[in-house]
Amino acid sequence: MSLLRKPSPEPLWRDEFSVFSGDEKYVSRRQFSKFLVLTSLGMFVGNLWILARSWFSRQPTYPMTAIARAEDIPIGGVKLFQYPTPQDQCILLRTGGDSYVAFSQKCTHLSCAVFYSAASDRFECPCHNGAFSVRDGSPLQGPPRRPLPRIVLARKGDVLFANGIQLEG
Amino acid sequence: MPPESPGQKRGLTAIDGAMALIVILLFVQIWLVVATLETYLAGHYEAVLPATIISGMIFLGSVGLYLFIERMDAEFRRP
Repeated sequence: MSLLRKPSPEPLWRDEFSVFSGDEKYVSRRQFSKFLVLTSLGMFVGNLWILARSWFSRQPTYPMTAIARAEDIPIGGVKLFQYPTPQDQCILLRTGGDSYVAFSQKCTHLSCAVFYSAASDRFECPCHNGAFSVRDGSPLQGPPRRPLPRIVLARKGDVLFANGIQLEG
Repeated sequence: MPPESPGQKRGLTAIDGAMALIVILLFVQIWLVVATLETYLAGHYEAVLPATIISGMIFLGSVGLYLFIERMDAEFRRP
């Protein structure tokens, strides 16, 4: 072995494993700038994706669905229902003699189920202590920044119908 | 390798300044994407197009700064 090896001041192991890990971790200013510009491109593509979604998404149509008999719910009482699909849980609240509001039950922060707190007269999310107004679903406290989607209600006789969704309270 | 001549030092300062500017632009762009997504999910579509145009301009600005860094680097490496 020593006959084949050229004379070198470096030890044998350094000749055979001549990978300098320190150099591999070294990132030049140009490489770092390139990485930053590629990240910027990624952000731009993300914005383009949102733009494409907003242009090509069709306006959804919602069915008219009976959700409850008006007199079955006491004042301050709630009823849970699903609208527009069985996977979309909603909450109906009777706020007065002839006054009803309904909202999606999914918290706009991380989709936990909100509940009505009679003590504080607001919808509360138990996950991160978020709270929403019962009047318009606007966020009052905690991490949520968007209001709860409001379910449009219609009343025919004694029956309450869900008739659409408003994303802004 | 530390810069040797005053010209190289100036070039390095310019490169560092351009990089810092790219980082600032990138933070603005990240905030813009998050804000656009929030407004889109809230059902406000009217803010999406201006935000995309501004994001594109920021990207072009970053590309311009990167080209500036390349040019400065090549210029000051020349013996």
